[in-house]
Amino acid sequence: MAAPAAAPGPDAVLRTAEGDAELTDRLLAPLWSRARAWWIAFAVTGAGTLLFALAIAYTVVAGIGVWGNNIPVAWAYAITNFVWWIGIGHAGTFISAFLLLLQQRWRASVNRIAEAMTLFALVQAALFPVLHLGRPWFAYWLIPYPATMQVWPQFRSALPWDFAAILTYFTVSLLFWYTGLVPDLAAARDRAPTRAARLTYGLFALGWRGAARHWQAYRIAYGLLAGLATPLVISVHSIVSMDFATSQLPGWHSTIFPPYFVAGALYSGFAMVITLVVPLRRIFHLEDVITTRHLDSIGKMALAMAWMLIYAYVTEAFIAWYRGDVFERYTLLVSRPSGPYAWIFWLMLACNCLVPQLLWSRRLRTAPLALFAASLLIQAGMWMERFIIIVTSLNRDFLPSSWHIYAPTWVDWSLLAGSISFFLLLFLLFLRFVPFIPIGEVKHLRHELAREEARRGQR
Amino acid sequence: MASGDVRTARAARRDVVPAILAEFGSPERLREAAARLRRAGYERIELYSPFPVDGAEAVLGLRRPTLPAVVLACGLAGAAAALWIQWFANAWDYPLNVGGRPLLSVPAWVPVTFEIGVLGAAFGAFFGLLARTGLPRLWHPAFTAQGFESASVDGFWLAVGADDPRYDPVRTRRDIETLGPRRIAVPEQMP
Repeated sequence: MAAPAAAPGPDAVLRTAEGDAELTDRLLAPLWSRARAWWIAFAVTGAGTLLFALAIAYTVVAGIGVWGNNIPVAWAYAITNFVWWIGIGHAGTFISAFLLLLQQRWRASVNRIAEAMTLFALVQAALFPVLHLGRPWFAYWLIPYPATMQVWPQFRSALPWDFAAILTYFTVSLLFWYTGLVPDLAAARDRAPTRAARLTYGLFALGWRGAARHWQAYRIAYGLLAGLATPLVISVHSIVSMDFATSQLPGWHSTIFPPYFVAGALYSGFAMVITLVVPLRRIFHLEDVITTRHLDSIGKMALAMAWMLIYAYVTEAFIAWYRGDVFERYTLLVSRPSGPYAWIFWLMLACNCLVPQLLWSRRLRTAPLALFAASLLIQAGMWMERFIIIVTSLNRDFLPSSWHIYAPTWVDWSLLAGSISFFLLLFLLFLRFVPFIPIGEVKHLRHELAREEARRGQR
Repeated sequence: MASGDVRTARAARRDVVPAILAEFGSPERLREAAARLRRAGYERIELYSPFPVDGAEAVLGLRRPTLPAVVLACGLAGAAAALWIQWFANAWDYPLNVGGRPLLSVPAWVPVTFEIGVLGAAFGAFFGLLARTGLPRLWHPAFTAQGFESASVDGFWLAVGADDPRYDPVRTRRDIETLGPRRIAVPEQMP
């Protein structure tokens, strides 16, 4: 094979030409900058977060009667938001852990952003079930501790499973993220312009000096954490789906739920990665580090997940018909497509099944704006999917006399908008204070690519 | 494993207190320099680099850490503890009879057992890493060498330990100079 031209093609994972020092400084620059745009974004998301805090305070003081929930629709927005946020988190771990094990090189530039997204999405997700308790100050009852009341959590119920799953997922994601961060914090320490920054980053870098003895243990520990995080991705959303599947309700009681939920989670998560990465690479001029190759790969992943989801939709409907249970048939084949929430159902199908078909086109996968628009529609679609699963299964249950329509209140809307603001606020803080591109990994990858190139040139 | 082997393995992984440091321009040159020093009879060599130098373990003669075994043990301990607490809570201390189903309801306890097992293993990996590397350790003599800040950016550093049997201030410096480093530095403070 002839040696390719010196300039890497558009398919390259990395397209930087500057030296290691310049690259490091450029990737660390956001840490020392005081851009006005950041403050404006901070103010906007800060206002949204304030709304979130107010809505939470009102909910806690007045009780969850201020939400639109009723009987039979007891779950509604809070659980919709919970499942949506926790699903978004999944792609972060998938990119950082699963693709590490598969030695996918395009993961290097985007894994830290994806992991941060996971952590911040989990923070939002964890808030909703706690608020939904109605008396959130008793949330600690989920922990098995020797209480004077002499009762214990009921571990045969899916809800304590959920608690263990989310707790583990958050902790493991945090450890994995931080372990990956340490060498870059050391770089930030060594490049810090002020003594205060040097001390702060130095403290968090734990005195990392990049010794070969440390790298040896570090690579093993990092690989093991990736190996541990990978089954977690699958298990956490499977367990979330069991909150539904272990109940007797038509529309929930289905064995396809765990894989169906995992595929949906990864789908919405990849969409969120696109939503975050596309503006980011533009704002920080990172087109040579997060290349069109990355967008292309994430787009392909989203398309693959879309088809798994479509398969799950078809199976769910087919089994409802094939099984012959009259209630399940009604929920899936009558109430959802033609009931009071039918418009949301059809909108959801358009967003989740039709929009991703655009991703077949390579031109659209590598067009940031098109990808960004598709990602927003997919996320909206995935939110609607959870709404449909939860509300349409509840609002028309077995007895028509107990049917009830659900409508959200302003508090519900504030909590949803507020959690999105809070998520973005945390992400802004992350961009400002943490090296958000894994600098060491990018340099390592670039080195490997250059060596391969040289070897190919020799041949 | 003979006890002598264990001693050498421990000695090899002990942190090197650098007596002299040298910076190189690329990981390949660093690895080559380390290999040549090893051939010349040096034993206590450490490399510092912004990203892992491939093949450094072989050049330095480092053994594979036992970290995976620690992680496995922590994972199993976590899983066992989770299984025990579920059995103790729901079958022993406060037996809950739901429709006459068996008290020993292991299938329902699988998710929590799995999750807490993974949690234990992850703690094992993280704290095992800290224990193995001796971090956090905010001060190290290497940091006091002139220009060592580049070790996290674009400098590939080599150090010879003060406890190396072949170390001699004059000869070692000469040996290193023949390797063609970018610069040579000595720690300005020692522990």
